[in-house]
Amino acid sequence: MKSIKGRYSIFSLLRNAINYHEGWKESWRCPEPKSEYDVIIIGGGGHGLGTAYYLAKEHGITNVAVLEKGWIGGGNTGRNTTIVRSNYLLDGNSQFYELSMKLWEDLSRDLNYNVMFSQRGVLNLAHSDPQVDALQRRGNAMRLNGIDAEFWDTEKIRRRIPLLDTSDKTRYPIFGGLMQPRAGTARHDAVAWGFARAADSYGIDIIQNCEVIGINVNQNKVFGLETTQGSIRTKKIGVAVAGHTTQLMDMVNLRMPIESHILQAMVSEPIKPCLHSVVTSGATHLYISQSDKGELVIGGDLDFYNSFAQRGNFPAIEHVVQSAVTMFPAFGRLRLLRTWGGVMDMTMDGSPIICKTPIDGLYLNGGWCYGGFKATPGSAFVFAHTIAQDKPHPQNECFGLDRFEKGYTLDEKGVGPTPKAH
Amino acid sequence: MFVIKCPWCGQRGQKEFTYIGDSNVKRPDPNLASDKEWSDYIFLRKNPKGWHDELWQHTTGCRVIFKVQRNTVTHEIRLTLPLSNKISGAEK
Repeated sequence: MKSIKGRYSIFSLLRNAINYHEGWKESWRCPEPKSEYDVIIIGGGGHGLGTAYYLAKEHGITNVAVLEKGWIGGGNTGRNTTIVRSNYLLDGNSQFYELSMKLWEDLSRDLNYNVMFSQRGVLNLAHSDPQVDALQRRGNAMRLNGIDAEFWDTEKIRRRIPLLDTSDKTRYPIFGGLMQPRAGTARHDAVAWGFARAADSYGIDIIQNCEVIGINVNQNKVFGLETTQGSIRTKKIGVAVAGHTTQLMDMVNLRMPIESHILQAMVSEPIKPCLHSVVTSGATHLYISQSDKGELVIGGDLDFYNSFAQRGNFPAIEHVVQSAVTMFPAFGRLRLLRTWGGVMDMTMDGSPIICKTPIDGLYLNGGWCYGGFKATPGSAFVFAHTIAQDKPHPQNECFGLDRFEKGYTLDEKGVGPTPKAH
Repeated sequence: MFVIKCPWCGQRGQKEFTYIGDSNVKRPDPNLASDKEWSDYIFLRKNPKGWHDELWQHTTGCRVIFKVQRNTVTHEIRLTLPLSNKISGAEK
């Protein structure tokens, strides 16, 4: 990054400390939209902002706008449980998420912004012998693809995660677990802010409170779009709008293999450090980690019905909390501080869509189900390539929209075309 | 939690029910459907933001499957009807 004003460093911190921290500059501008851009990205979450950044950095395209209907990072980027991992089984997914993981490892330095990426490890638990087999198979597949994975037996889990109930008396006894030591968490807001600041430094316009209400297409070619801040001309549009992918694609009459569902997450009151890794259990529908503030961040399953509400219902919260206190009995004493929901664009095979569409100049990045956060830099990187070169990057060739029709679905869990089951 | 009116059992809590999906997806005749029609049937959904015609099952009650018209933004339920009834004009 060359032209960034007020580059963050120990010296800028000291300089500003002397001046009572009154000299800090805004991290990005709030410009009016121009009448024309080379590329417009719809959606100012991590994926959209990241795409704009990599368009500038990797492909030299800087006449770019990012349109956001609310405020940047206010959608699923600010609503997830901040877990980053690359523990996938299937070829295609495996390489893609590992690309993303490698970008995460250097992201803070690359963006000159501390995204607080913490490689504290993610542990998937097995509660039966078949689950042990499945996790070991996945661990072996990961290692064959050059990704780190370790199988932990119950004794090691007991030593490393002492608050977890590893006794025989618990409702779902623990038979072992698959650990990815390089996985972990990151500060989700910082990812949006870091990408926004870095993209802005290349002259990219980030336009908030600007909702897209129409996409202009002539003879199967994009030529602009209509927004609440007026018409803007462009020949290339990248869509990265998560839960509202169907609504954007409805504007050009493209039907999507997507259902939008609600996923809730919650945090407890903050406590002293007690949980040093991310612990997940597919069988009991739980993932839990401790934030740097000390809150336990807890997520679980979908509410299991189509919804755009950004809020969920009590049965799902109850189910998640039941899982948490069954596995960590000590956490039963804590009170929940906040709960919230996000809209997930659940695809028919549980894998994302990053591709060109049948309309020239319209590119799609969506279908992230509930795994979009960890993919943020990887998704942005390959999506920028797809837009700039008008062809997919080798790592997103498998994420085309035509894979459903052709029978090349990437169904990690093998549950079939039932979006809520992924 | 919302309350759903089962056409057989009446008003019951949401926890007793299982969501199945869009009630207007119609299975084409496998002998006549093209590959495109078949994959559209399996994979494509309208996924509306607003009123949605859907199927629910009273899993822990009478196990009947029935139609529900529900708003995907407010979660308000406008109508529940037995499977044989038409719920909106969208049915094929």
